[in-house]
Order: sequence, then structure tokens, then C-alpha cells
Amino acid sequence: MHIELRDIRKTFGDVRANDGISLAFEPGRIYGLLGENGAGKSTLMKILAGYQPADSGRILLNGQPAHFATPADALRRGVGMVYQDPLDFPPFTVLENYLLGRDRAVNLDFRQAAAELRAILDRYGFAVDMDAAIGSLSLGERQQLELVRLLAGGAQALILDEPTTGISASQKDALFATMRRMAAEEGKSIILVSHKLEEIQELCGHAFVLRKGQLVGETALPCPNRALVEMMFGQVPERTPRPPAAVEQPLLEISGLGVRTQRLTVGDINLSIRRGEVFGLAGLEGSGQALLMKAVAGLLPAASGRIALDGLDITHLDYHQTRAAGVAYVAAGRLEEGLIAGLSLTEHILLAAPRRDQTFFIRWGAARETTSGRIALCEVVGVPDSTAEQLSGGNQQRMLYAMLNEGLRLILLDQPTRGLDVRSADYIWELLYARRREGTAILFYSPDLDEIIERSDRIAVFSGGVMSRIVEAARTTADELGHLIGGQQ
Amino acid sequence: MKVVPLLKRIWPLMPVLASLAFILALLLIFGADPATAFQALWQGAFGSRDRLLGTLAFWIPLALCAIGLMLTFTAGLWNIGVEGQLILGSIGASWVALNLKGQPAWVLIPLELLAAMAAGALWAALSALLKTRGKVHEIFSGLALTNLAIILTNYLISGPWQPPEGGSFRGTQPFQEAALLPRLFDSRFSPLSLVLMSIALVIVAVLLGNTTWGLKLKALGRNSRSAFLLGVSSEREAVIAMMACGALAGLGGAVRVLSWFDSLRQSISGGIGFLALLVVMLSAYRMFWVPFVAFFFSAVLQGSITLQLRTQLHSSLGGILTGVLVLLTLLFGDYNHLRRLRKESRPDE
Ligand SMILES: Nc1ncnc2c1ncn2[C@@H]1O[C@H](COP(=O)(O)OP(=O)(O)OP(=O)(O)O)[C@@H](O)[C@H]1O
Ligand SMILES: [Mg+2]
Repeated sequence: MHIELRDIRKTFGDVRANDGISLAFEPGRIYGLLGENGAGKSTLMKILAGYQPADSGRILLNGQPAHFATPADALRRGVGMVYQDPLDFPPFTVLENYLLGRDRAVNLDFRQAAAELRAILDRYGFAVDMDAAIGSLSLGERQQLELVRLLAGGAQALILDEPTTGISASQKDALFATMRRMAAEEGKSIILVSHKLEEIQELCGHAFVLRKGQLVGETALPCPNRALVEMMFGQVPERTPRPPAAVEQPLLEISGLGVRTQRLTVGDINLSIRRGEVFGLAGLEGSGQALLMKAVAGLLPAASGRIALDGLDITHLDYHQTRAAGVAYVAAGRLEEGLIAGLSLTEHILLAAPRRDQTFFIRWGAARETTSGRIALCEVVGVPDSTAEQLSGGNQQRMLYAMLNEGLRLILLDQPTRGLDVRSADYIWELLYARRREGTAILFYSPDLDEIIERSDRIAVFSGGVMSRIVEAARTTADELGHLIGGQQ
Repeated sequence: MKVVPLLKRIWPLMPVLASLAFILALLLIFGADPATAFQALWQGAFGSRDRLLGTLAFWIPLALCAIGLMLTFTAGLWNIGVEGQLILGSIGASWVALNLKGQPAWVLIPLELLAAMAAGALWAALSALLKTRGKVHEIFSGLALTNLAIILTNYLISGPWQPPEGGSFRGTQPFQEAALLPRLFDSRFSPLSLVLMSIALVIVAVLLGNTTWGLKLKALGRNSRSAFLLGVSSEREAVIAMMACGALAGLGGAVRVLSWFDSLRQSISGGIGFLALLVVMLSAYRMFWVPFVAFFFSAVLQGSITLQLRTQLHSSLGGILTGVLVLLTLLFGDYNHLRRLRKESRPDE
């Protein structure tokens, strides 16, 4: 299907999210859509997918003007989108969800639906357990499921807004191969919105670059990363090198820790993390690293073992007590786990403040001022009265950092730079390094092995619920890590 | 393009107009003259000093419950049990009124009100604890506890608190005069209750709009998972919100026994708790509208009593009117909300 966007405009208040964008997508090709945080990528794609109307401009499908009132409308015409932040999930299993989306008959034919779903999963090589409850799936799996639903709905054009990549190298190769096949054999157009330049380079044949709501460049791929970055930012931003860690006394001591959940059991973890250390956890999504962080944060009970922070036994403290002891946990979910749609940024800062700083009556003036300072520091594009869902994905991520309080002892980060452009990711790390100078230790998980190696002092490798070894970041490579997390020695 | 702002303006009136049309149709079907009917309704609510005072007297406990419900709704709790909390308030006030003899009014009344608030809060706390500790949804515990409250009332009336001349299943003996709230012109309306309601209104509005606690409730109601991660203790705030709502409903219950009636009766609540839920929904969960909508409800319900006398139409017409109004309001929704819903609706829905 040939898709053309003509002079698309969309403003939110004073913000020109899309400022006259015109571009075209050919069938059978894979496109990358690039741009810094807040450039207008999601806005444009949501307009194309019928999620929101443009203020002006036209969408042409095979030369015919199209108007989509809803995403369902768009899907009927062959355009489907996997959103950056999957919305609420229904209390169904994968199969039920598929069945309900597929037909509205009173008499549901489970067997036939199962066969169909199986066929789609096999054809595209997805590995999703059909009987798993949707709520129990990881973000990545839910996005795959969305993709399946769109394919079953007959999507000819697929939009993927920052799909997560917590999958192994081989799984990723398989997924990329699938996407290439969809384009080459089935003539689908695929649009990938991402900040991961390596992936864009590898998968896409053509890139469009947006900046401040306008199309500022396009190029055939592959091309030098530098060229892309320059188009995105107007210049090539510098990278902050990781300052060396001072060898200091231990802060977090974990001995013999075991954590049990329905899907995974992690046993016998021994770790000692020093003050001011940046400690990376490498592993495929669901290998146990998230459980470790949740156990330290007090979100999951420890089945065995001991966790001590600065000599204080925090093994059996609950989340709020752990928080009061100076541990911050930043989840990956943003609008699900961390931000509250409908509340202003000021209200978020007020809620996140430590209990001793919370006054009975809110002093709005002072609170707005604090918020202004915090969002300026973290470069959140927004005003104290903006609500959380008005921020672009990357700005939501920055807002999570703006909510971190002073004087923390340990920061736990689940995918710290998810959805951040290269420059903002670097900036966020700069802020984190500043914390480390004050003695705060940082424990983080990222699906991006390069990020782990670049940012950590030491790295623990997880595979299949086992913490197999600890390596010095300076003495390893992404290839070696990739093999280790795949379970190979 | 001018149509949209206009539509937005008059949208809140749509359900009102639609339900008026519905009632009109109903009246015509039953062969009643709509003009007479609406006139009777008006007369019944505001036609004389006594009727106006009656409308006011019914309004106060209704508004008290609705104000309390603003707290629980904000926190995302469905406090259906507000009806039972009101009944418990009546029982608490009656207990003081029946058991403390020979005390002056300035001792009795504060004690009655406090007992009522404590009893209502206790009943609400049961619901809240069942939810936080026992994972019982507050809708179910609320309904069960309301039933228990009704049973308890009947037991007290026919058992320990029955009048000396024998149990009649209708009520206790009238309380001593000093135990009753001072009323205006021998009516059922007590100015003191209006003062208390106004204070409650201001306090709850300030709590919700200007305190950290109110903000926490708002956060819980919108996204309890994120609120928890931000450090809000859902358990604690939920219990406190429920108890505060129960206390206000209990106060409403005290007003019912101490000024509307003069004793504990079988149907002491008059369904006010359930009505209050409707009031809050019709107010679109906005504090500003709560007292007005409650007053409107009270007027319609009081007016429909006269309607029955004048036109032979059953007085439940008032109930039907308010019910239909709420249904239609929920159906039409608020314009912005509706647009958002449309935007958010995903292909699989
Ligand atoms: N619903 C909204 N209300 C107000 N402003 C909005 C809304 N949605 C987007 N914006 C603003 O429009 C601009 C573009 O947002 P958009 O989500 O398209 O960015 P993006 O390119 O997807 O960024 P990111 O990489 O961070 O996801 C941002 O400045 C954002 O604050
Ligand atoms: Mg985006």
C-alpha cells in the first residue's frame, strides 16, 4: 500500500508537535523514523493510525484520501500501530484476547481461534504462550502480541513506536528476518520509530528525520551514524565519559538471596556493591535481574538470604520502608508504574517528596517553583502544570528522574534510558554520575549491552534465573556479554 | 467550527432535557396533564414555608453523605456501604439519646453527634479493612454491612429499645426533647444541621484541593500502582478516606433521627445513602456541584409527594425522574470525556 502524508499539522496549546510534515511510504519497504525526544514522531504516527486527528493536512492511501475516526477504522483500511506505551491490558489470556478482537459472534470457537493464532505465531516466528494471562507478560511480549493482533486484522502498513528490545541476539535476528520477509514477500510497509541507530541501520532501507515538528532530512540506509545524529540534533553531541569510581567501602551487601515468583525462581545471589558504584545487570528480559531489583526495593519478598544496606538489614522491609531508608526504584513502565495520567508535574513532585518534607497544606507556589527547578535540571519539556500524559515518551522518562529526591543511597533503574534519544540518554547519565560522586550507588538493568558496558563499573550476568558471573566492564565486550547471557560459556 | 464550543457548552444540559422529555412522555402515556404535574411538583417542594423547610431538612443528610462520598470516589473506592454507615450513625445517636437521661441539650447533642460519627466511621472501617486485609471488594462488603445495619435496627426496635407499651416494629419511643436538634418553626429542619453540613463541605473541599492527603487520594484513584511506587500507602489512605466518609454519613444519620424523626425508625435512612451515590455521579465528581444536585434531588423527591396527592400519580415519579436523569447523564457523559473515550477506544474494543 502506498501511503502519503501531506502537510500534516497538529498543535497542542503552544506546542507545534507536527508543523507541516509531508512524506511518503512505499509498499514492501522498511522505514526508520528518527528524531530527538519531543520531535513529533509519536504524534505523526498516531495521526496516521487514527488515534488522533490532525489539525490539518491529508492522508492518502494509494492516492485516495482517507479519514480515520478511530484506530479500528485505520486497521480496516490496513494501517495498524503498536503504541509506545501499551495501554491498559484486559484480564484475559492471550488466546481469549485474540478471539475477542477477532470476531463478535456469541458462540466463540476456541479451537479454530487457537489454530489460527498458532498459524500466525508460527508463520511469523513469535514465541508467546497462548494460555498466559496478558497481565503477566513483559512489555516486549505484549508488544509482540499487539503485532500479531494487527497482522490478524489484515494490516498492510505496520507502525512500531519504540518496540522494546529485551530479547536475545538470536531472537532479535529472527524478528528482524520476519519483518524483512513481511516487507519483501507480503509487500507490507513497516515504519519503525526508534532511538537505537544500530537497529535502524540494520533493518531499515530508508530513514526520515524529524526535528521540532518538521521533516529535516531523509536518507537511504545504511549511512554513517554521524550523519543521522547530525540531522537529528543539528550537530553531533559529545558523549560524557564515565568518571572512574573511587574504591570505597561496600554499601549494598546481598548474601544467599533467593526470590520466587510463579514464572521464575532465582536462587543464591551474592553481591557486594560499593558506594558510588554503577553496577549493571545483563540478561535477557525475564532472566531474573528484574526480580533481584524488586527484591532489593522491597517489592518482592526474599525467599531466603539477606540484604543489607550500609550495615542495616533491609531484607524484610516493605517497599515504603526501603524507600524511607534511601533506596529509589524507577520502573520501566512510565505511565503504568511511576507517572499518573491526569496529575500535573507539580503534583508528581509533591507526591514523590520524602514524608518529612510533606506538609499538611500544600504550598502551591513553592511547589511550582521546586517543580520548575527540577524539570529544568532534567530538561523535561513541559511546564509545572502540564499533566504526565501530555509529555512525549522521552520526556516522561526524564520526569521519572526529576522525581528522584536528594540524598539517596541507592538507585535501582529498570531500563534507565528507554525511549531517550542519544543526547538525552547521555545527559541523564551525566546526572546519575553527579549522584555517584555523592556516594549514591546505582544498580541498573538495560537490554542494551553497549549501554551496560559503557556505563557500568562492574556487570553481573543473568541467564535463566541464575546469576552466572560478575565481570569488570572494562574487560569485556558486547559480543562476550551476548554469549554469556545466552547461557553459553 | 463555531458549533463545537456551543455544543460543549450545552452538553451538560442534554441529559436534563432528555430526562424531562422522558418524564413528559410518561405523563402523557398515563393521561396526566404535564403542566399540572410540574406545578404540583414545584408546589410540593417550595409551595409553602413548611414545604421549603421539609425540602431543606431532607437535603442536609443527603448532602452530608454525598460530601463524604467525594472522598472515597476520589480515592477510587466504591463506597456503596454509605447507606449502612448512615444507619449506624442513626443507631449511635439513638443510643446516646436513649441512655443518657436528665442531661441538658448542650451535653446531649454533641455526644449524640460524636457517637453517630464514630459508629458510621466504624462501619466504614470494617469495609475498608475487609478490602485491604481480606481482599473483599468494598461493593460487596458495603452491601452486606448495609443489610446487617438494617437487621440491627429492626432488632433494636423490636428488642432492647422497644417502647414500654410493647414492640410495634415501627420505632423506639420518641426521644426526650433535650436530645433533639433545635428545629425551625416546629418543622423537621434544624439550622444547626445546615451549619454542620456547610462546615463539612468546606473542610472536604479544602482537603481535596489543598492538602497532601487529598492529593494522595487523587493519585490512588487515578493509578494506584504508580501512587504506590511514588510512596503513597494505599492501605492507610483508603482506610482513612472510608472512615471520614463513614463519619459524615453517620452525622447524616444523626440528623435523620434527631430532626427529621424524633426516634429510631425502621426505614430510618429513606434510601439517602444510595441517593447520595447518584448525587455524586450526577455532579460529575465535582465538589462544586454536589450541594446543588443534592438540593435538586431533595426538591424533586419532596415535590413528588404532593404530586401524588394532586394528580393520583404515584410519588415514585420523583424517584423515576432522578434515576432516569442519572442514567442519561452517565450515558451522555461529559463532552470532553466522551471525546477522550472515542480517541482511546482501541480496535479490540
Ligand atoms: N496530548 C498532548 N497534550 C499536550 N502536548 C502534547 C500531547 N502529546 C504530545 N504533546 C507534545 O507534542 C510534542 C511532540 O510529542 P511526541 O510524543 O510526538 O514526541 P516524540 O517525537 O514521539 O518524542 P519521544 O521520542 O520522546 O517519544 C511534545 O512536545 C509533547 O509535549
Ligand atoms: Mg514518542
